[in-house]
Amino acid sequence: MTTPAGGPAIEVAGLRKHYGPKQAVDGLDLRVDRGEIVAILGPNGAGKTTTVEILEGYRHRDDGHVRVLGEDPQTAGRVWRSRLGIVLQGTNDLAEATVGELVRHFSRFYPDPRDPDGVIDAVGLREKVRTRARQLSGGQRRRLDVALGIVGRPELVFLDEPTTGFDPQARRSFWDLVEGLRADGTTILLTTHYLEEAERLADRVVVVASGRVVAEGTPADLGGRDARRALVRWVEDGRRHEVRTDDASRTVADLLARLGDVPGLEVLRPTLEDVYLGLLQGADAPADTPVEVLR
Amino acid sequence: MSTVALPAVRRAAVPGVLRLGLVRAAYELRVFFRERDAVVFIFAYPVIMMAIFATVFGQDGATVQAGDVEIPFAQYFLPGMLATGVMLSSFQSLAISISVERDEGGLKRLRGTPMPASAYFLGKIGQVLGSGLVQTAILLAVAATLFDVTLPSTAGDWATFAWVYLLGTAAGSVCGVAFSSVPRSGRSASAVVTPIVLVLQFISGVFFQWDSLPTWMQQVASVFPLRWLVEGMQAAFLPDAVAGDVDLAGAALVLGVWFVAGLVVGARWFRWRRRDDG
Repeated sequence: MTTPAGGPAIEVAGLRKHYGPKQAVDGLDLRVDRGEIVAILGPNGAGKTTTVEILEGYRHRDDGHVRVLGEDPQTAGRVWRSRLGIVLQGTNDLAEATVGELVRHFSRFYPDPRDPDGVIDAVGLREKVRTRARQLSGGQRRRLDVALGIVGRPELVFLDEPTTGFDPQARRSFWDLVEGLRADGTTILLTTHYLEEAERLADRVVVVASGRVVAEGTPADLGGRDARRALVRWVEDGRRHEVRTDDASRTVADLLARLGDVPGLEVLRPTLEDVYLGLLQGADAPADTPVEVLR
Repeated sequence: MSTVALPAVRRAAVPGVLRLGLVRAAYELRVFFRERDAVVFIFAYPVIMMAIFATVFGQDGATVQAGDVEIPFAQYFLPGMLATGVMLSSFQSLAISISVERDEGGLKRLRGTPMPASAYFLGKIGQVLGSGLVQTAILLAVAATLFDVTLPSTAGDWATFAWVYLLGTAAGSVCGVAFSSVPRSGRSASAVVTPIVLVLQFISGVFFQWDSLPTWMQQVASVFPLRWLVEGMQAAFLPDAVAGDVDLAGAALVLGVWFVAGLVVGARWFRWRRRDDG
């Protein structure tokens, strides 16, 4: 039943979860359609991982409505699990088995797995097929995690901070891998700290702070029109001027008409990161977010 | 970078528990024999100790005097080493390996796949039985060939060995699963588990003659399974004149109680995630 029918891949309304006195998730709403790649952004402690682990069936919610591939994760069974692929935050297991053995072994848990060799090729570990997991580099290790997450031919894949600790080149080839999954029609829910990653991969970005969604939209639209206004700077009469504008071309054309050559002309578009940081300030997020405890 | 093949439309049934249990057992055994620490401390230890003790104490043909009967030292030590082997390959092996798997996130990863918990535990049983039987076979072969130990000749003795072995392995396994939640981290698992098993060996008559131990020590040891495993093995492997007053009913009772207790505790409090993971 890989047919896209049957409603959205993920449907969450009013999700709540607390640990002791701390309200980790506080009325979160989320919808992910089939075939979509959605990135959840947010500072540490915003409730991202808790939310994702509730969707994956690891944790029970206190309140709210949750449907993942049409089922409630708290009660869903093995068949439901066989339709998911879960890539957890960095783990350190599986040391003594080889890449080839592991991908083959995990493929046997699933009713209709992908060809293990094809998956190993897809994640770029062909040369490491006889290497034990212990001897892989961080990036290779993460590719193995993804291989084990997708070998069951999942309809929905959870990627929890998949590229933390990668060098830029490893991150780029990891993105290619995710693009490959997108091409196959796989739905992906991604949590990440990297704005660039969200911008590159996600159809839609959801910003979470203090356990609820504070903004969502395509990477290009996030934050709305105001947050996206360009900044035009120039020097006139020896002084620096700047204006915020919806129509930078018009502003520049006016300047050209008025001054001829415009000294020190700059047009600055806010990056996704600028928008994101602005959103978090607006959401009254804690200014100094705690450093995440290494696992 | 090539794209992964397009998904098929059909969806077959999820694989059966028994088949997955076998798949897991094969995987567990393969990985077990690659972990050098485990192979040395769990698999080879009884064989090595048996060889050392039999060699040291059996120099110049020295024997153990029990009543009117004299038996070689190797023969006297063999039941204790067999019992130790059962304890190591079941309790110690599972308590450490599951604790490490939990700490490293391996259990959590498996929990996120469609592999059922029952298949995971079947795999562990397969690993314990597989490694334990090979270990026992090597121990018996070494004892018989290198140290001239006479192996039991009656079906009755072998039957005693079989049920003591299986009940001991079952009790040790469930207790190992239950105890795996005790170490605070995978790194400390060996340090927490190994001394317990080692102390039990000293007070349960594995290295010292049971009768030479102080009464209070015997009483403490009698609460734990190893002492009864040793007795059960002695019943099978020592001449009746030496092993005559073995309390097999007591052994069955104590091992049975530990089996049930381990099963209840393990089933009730087994964790797939680390303690600090909510």
